[in-house]
Amino acid sequence: MKNGTGAVGTIVLFGGTSELGISTVAHLLTPTVQNIVLVSRDIEKAQTVEDDLIKRSPQADITHIRFDGADAESMYAVVEEIVSAVGDIDVAIIAHALLGNDIDGYSNPSSVKALLDVNVTATMALMFALAAQMRLQRHGRIALFSSVAGVRVRKANAPYGASKAAIDAFALALDHDLQGSGASVVVIRPGFVHTKMTSGMKVAPFATNAHVVGERAARGISEGQTVVWVPGIMRFIFGVFAVLPRSVWRRLPVHD
Amino acid sequence: MTKVSGWGRAIGSSSDVSHVQSVADLKHILSGTTPRGVTLRGLGRSYGDAAINSGGVVAILGDTPRGAQTLSDIEIDTSRRLARVGAGVSIEQMLQAFMPAGFFVPVTPGTRHVTLGGAVAADIHGKNHHTDGTFGNHISSMSVMLSHGEIVELTPTHNTDWFWATVGGMGLTGVVLEAVIDLIPITNNMISVTTQRTEHIDELFTIMSDSSTDDSFRYSVAWVDMMSKGDAFGRGVLTRGNHASVEAVHDYGDLPSLAYRPRTRLGVPSWFPNGVLNAATIKTFNELWFRKAPAFPTETVENVTGFFHPLDGVRHWNRMYGSRGFLQYQCVVPLNTSDVLKEIMTMMQKARVPSFLAVLKRMGPANPGPLSFPMEGWTLAVDIAVGSSRLSEVLPEIDEKVIAAGGRHYLAKDSHMSHSTLVRGYPHLGRWKAVRNEMDPNEKWTSDLARRLQLVGVSQ
Repeated sequence: MKNGTGAVGTIVLFGGTSELGISTVAHLLTPTVQNIVLVSRDIEKAQTVEDDLIKRSPQADITHIRFDGADAESMYAVVEEIVSAVGDIDVAIIAHALLGNDIDGYSNPSSVKALLDVNVTATMALMFALAAQMRLQRHGRIALFSSVAGVRVRKANAPYGASKAAIDAFALALDHDLQGSGASVVVIRPGFVHTKMTSGMKVAPFATNAHVVGERAARGISEGQTVVWVPGIMRFIFGVFAVLPRSVWRRLPVHD
Repeated sequence: MTKVSGWGRAIGSSSDVSHVQSVADLKHILSGTTPRGVTLRGLGRSYGDAAINSGGVVAILGDTPRGAQTLSDIEIDTSRRLARVGAGVSIEQMLQAFMPAGFFVPVTPGTRHVTLGGAVAADIHGKNHHTDGTFGNHISSMSVMLSHGEIVELTPTHNTDWFWATVGGMGLTGVVLEAVIDLIPITNNMISVTTQRTEHIDELFTIMSDSSTDDSFRYSVAWVDMMSKGDAFGRGVLTRGNHASVEAVHDYGDLPSLAYRPRTRLGVPSWFPNGVLNAATIKTFNELWFRKAPAFPTETVENVTGFFHPLDGVRHWNRMYGSRGFLQYQCVVPLNTSDVLKEIMTMMQKARVPSFLAVLKRMGPANPGPLSFPMEGWTLAVDIAVGSSRLSEVLPEIDEKVIAAGGRHYLAKDSHMSHSTLVRGYPHLGRWKAVRNEMDPNEKWTSDLARRLQLVGVSQ
């Protein structure tokens, strides 16, 4: 339960090894956080990142739960397992996703399936399962890591961008559906972030880092925002990109 | 679903609200499916989340019309100086019945809008804790309805564990349907009050520590200026009193009477703006309040309403803190650690936590209730407006000081402490949980407080 100063008691992170996710959790920590649940495919790896969280919040209990981010059918049971372990979920952060760099749609069209299973199908199922629990609790925040890539999809990462466009649109509609239930959704749209996942990739303008993203995301979660852009200027850049006529958009030097 | 909040208005949640008028109503609620449990609520004067239940049922017992059912009955036994009182009866209703018969409630908190059920559940204390103990110390028996509908009779000598787990048990063991309580005989409706100003917190500690004098007053409490610094650090106004003798009332030029006339003069509207209570206005108020008090001990005679329940004179005074609400911080530390209270006050000053109302009192010994708050020592209660920036960081630091000194926090006021603060402050918590599990094996009773502090449910 949240306390009277607005501090949360239980934080659940899906993608327990995600740099952005861990940074967000770290920025939400206060001395009254009671439970941190790290949900990941690889618990052994998640255990290596918990040290930093323990240092920051020695009073909190850290629980590890294993899940398969591609398995939509298991999501209801995963949420049930979390609730039976720690009770009400105050904040659920969804930070696991695939980039799909290995997709070669022309020669292997079905290689898009793994990406969509994780980024769209299973995530949507997870968000429904979380929303059902939070409707029952009558409180709770679901934070989805989306991306500016989904706001106007570029040809360079079309499958990834399209998957983020889908889940981002779904998340906003889910938030609408949850209105009045006490539960709500926040969509976090970072631009290019320097992380292990993006190392070696071509750096985009206004690149940021996991620390800043975590800080902004945590603020958005605490302050009840619905969309968080990181850095903030992305809101204006992609606000313009989104409405540019196709002929202009295609001429912009942003497509390689 | 209806939004329900604590008195401090800083936390609220949506619940199915049910107004309980009778035992049958309670049984009806308990027989239904309640996946998020049931929270018992009286008049909603607990400051935090003790009487709210996000997504669950809130059963309100606090507004039962008099004479309707057992829950609102009052029956006085004049010869034995006892009364049988129903769960939903407020202190105000008790005083209306007791005073004309020549009796006073054994314990009253700073408000008359507290039900018998709430008084037991929070094991409330008042200005007479150093002499008379808590409300729970004055119960000779009570009937409690368990979650499966059975009604049990509990006394301090029979079913002892269940009795003391219910006293201070925050309504998590069962519904107190009625209790038999001791009464204080009085001859009139006035209190002989001695008021004095103290120039520094140390002076206050010295005066109140002299138990031979302090114990000669049944009632004793001090208002403390949390904003004053330097030579005037923690200056205050100490008021101590006893039920007045008939002679004292005559001397005061009044005719002794047993009438009880509670008055509410003003109200605060729901649109009261934020930020009116700020450092500047509070400083001014504190200055006036301090100057208004006599520099040397002065004896007067006051009516019980003015002495015990001054804030009740302003209806919805909790709205003065604006829409963001406020927290009340109440802790107790052992008698020999008064320096810790000074450190706490300094920490609040440094963090610029503006406090409109701060109250200091010397408490008497603890009772056997594992969750009962009072213990021998100093208790400080401070109202804090929410919105002051660093509250979520500063309060845990202050909690740590309190716990390290061997103190603890009051659950009926709390809306911020952590589970580990609770565990360290209440060494008999484990015993309480074991008894609670006997009394409510299906975990029907719950509250947002119980969830937040893991008093019930998972990770027990």
